[in-house]
Amino acid sequence: MLLVNGVLLALLLLSMLACALFGPVRLDLSQALQNPFSANPDAEIFFRARLPRVLLGAAIGGGMAVCGVALQALLGNPLACPQMLGVSGGASLGGILGLIFFPHWLLPIAGGLLGEISWAPLAAFVGALISMVLVYRFSLFHGRLHPYHLLLSGVIFNSFIAALIMFLNSIVDFYQAQGLLFWLMGSLSTRAYLTVAFIWGYIVIGFLWLWAKGLSLNLITMGEEAALQLGVETAALQRQVFIASSLMIGAMVSVSGMIGFIGLMIPHVMRLIVGSDHRLLLPASFLAGGIFLCWADTLARIVLAPAELPVGIITAFFGGPFFLYMLYREGRRKFAL
Amino acid sequence: MNPAIQTRELSFSYRDRAVLHQVSFSVESGEMLGMLGPNGSGKTTLLKILSAVLPSHGEVHLKGKRIESYGRRELSRLFAVVQQEPQINFPYTAAEIVLMGRASHHGTLALESQKDLEVARASLALTDSLALADRYLHELSGGEKQRVLIARALAQEPEILLLDEPSAFLDLKHQVQVFELLRRLNRERGLTVVAALHDLNLAALFFPRLMMLREGAIYSDGSPSEVLTEKTIEDVYGIRVRIESNFANGTPQLSICPSL
Repeated sequence: MLLVNGVLLALLLLSMLACALFGPVRLDLSQALQNPFSANPDAEIFFRARLPRVLLGAAIGGGMAVCGVALQALLGNPLACPQMLGVSGGASLGGILGLIFFPHWLLPIAGGLLGEISWAPLAAFVGALISMVLVYRFSLFHGRLHPYHLLLSGVIFNSFIAALIMFLNSIVDFYQAQGLLFWLMGSLSTRAYLTVAFIWGYIVIGFLWLWAKGLSLNLITMGEEAALQLGVETAALQRQVFIASSLMIGAMVSVSGMIGFIGLMIPHVMRLIVGSDHRLLLPASFLAGGIFLCWADTLARIVLAPAELPVGIITAFFGGPFFLYMLYREGRRKFAL
Repeated sequence: MNPAIQTRELSFSYRDRAVLHQVSFSVESGEMLGMLGPNGSGKTTLLKILSAVLPSHGEVHLKGKRIESYGRRELSRLFAVVQQEPQINFPYTAAEIVLMGRASHHGTLALESQKDLEVARASLALTDSLALADRYLHELSGGEKQRVLIARALAQEPEILLLDEPSAFLDLKHQVQVFELLRRLNRERGLTVVAALHDLNLAALFFPRLMMLREGAIYSDGSPSEVLTEKTIEDVYGIRVRIESNFANGTPQLSICPSL
């Protein structure tokens, strides 16, 4: 248990450092570290452009993977993923409304002392919270969240929001539409450490919350009835897992858009490697998700340099075939005669 | 001493379809009760109410305390349930499944202790499934799965064991083995056993007390020879049988009269 997570943690830290050094512009780390506060192009790129981005990538990759693991257990379905909760749709819509109606507004942080950030993430987070409350209300009957309803309400909510987004996309002008598309595809381009700190806050709290429920998550995969009989207050567990993962997904989508595939693929791959014990699976998926997204984002920055690909394209491009291969290999083993 | 289980006028309905009407009975600590009755007679619902999965009208007392006054963890140390055909979509090994039975004994944040491992191992050994420990549950046959799930229930070290069709999916040898195991646990450890059963002959052989349910009510309750009569079987199941007695110990055994 410690060994796997130790190795993954070391890999994550190495990946973060390596990814911060890779990029269209070559960087000398010793230069950057020698006098980080003077006008030093190496330090400028390292600390202002690359480091926040890598930190964000690690948090969001890890967060998506952890939410995937938790939701798959909650819904009793190994194919569940963070997009299914409805929260991502709400966040996307909120962000888009922010982009359309306040495109040039900037939110001054601490009276402008800490820089300014766009309104869009804040609007997106509000959207995420509203959709979370709506989906929760529509799936709660007599104090219990019903997984089946939760899944359906989330998926339907997202389709509805997708229609609204397409509608908005058709009525705005071409340049705005381009911006909306980029937002929807997901990207990690932020430079504000405040945003990074906001995300890490949500991810760390959410992760610890879910990790503490690791044993109960194991039990709920046995089915709701069995979990009750093994001593889990399932109703409370379902509410807590829903709220914790919704808050995490809301925060993540607000900042980076919906980066797909991590929440589905990483939990599955890690289950093959470390097994299904959530006390081990959750941290391992967190670390692996972080590693994966760091590298995916580095590729997204390099492939078309100096232009940049939405990182969602990279995660799906590599994630899809890899995932299919893993499934195929597993199937060949499972159905072997 | 308070009975292990006591119900007073339990009623339950799914929407407007009544499944149980005013069921009152009690099970003493250390008793072995087999619940019989056709499909839909309310056996599974009754077990679900006794294990606090379903709420009901009426009262259930466990060891003299109302069932609502127990917490979930407390309940799962008091009794264990072996369900019918659980759906498990995730890959767990048999050993991991059995260790889950220990969840309410160790802290929610703690890992399993040496003792938990020992209890799990002993439970696997009791159900003759030690050899399955490292195999994945979805790779096991129906019977092997059932034995692992019984092992998980034993790992909870319960005082009361509730089983829903424990011998479904089992071949003859393992059916007899499971019933012998239940009887041994009952005699040696004083485990209270309540099981819903379909096989009337095996029920008569192994359970000193039987309770026949018909349409959600208790039709008869007593020793095998009191409950398994030709009239009862015809009333409840609607088929004609002849009751004979087992050659070894004289318990009633059914011979079905084929309709020609």
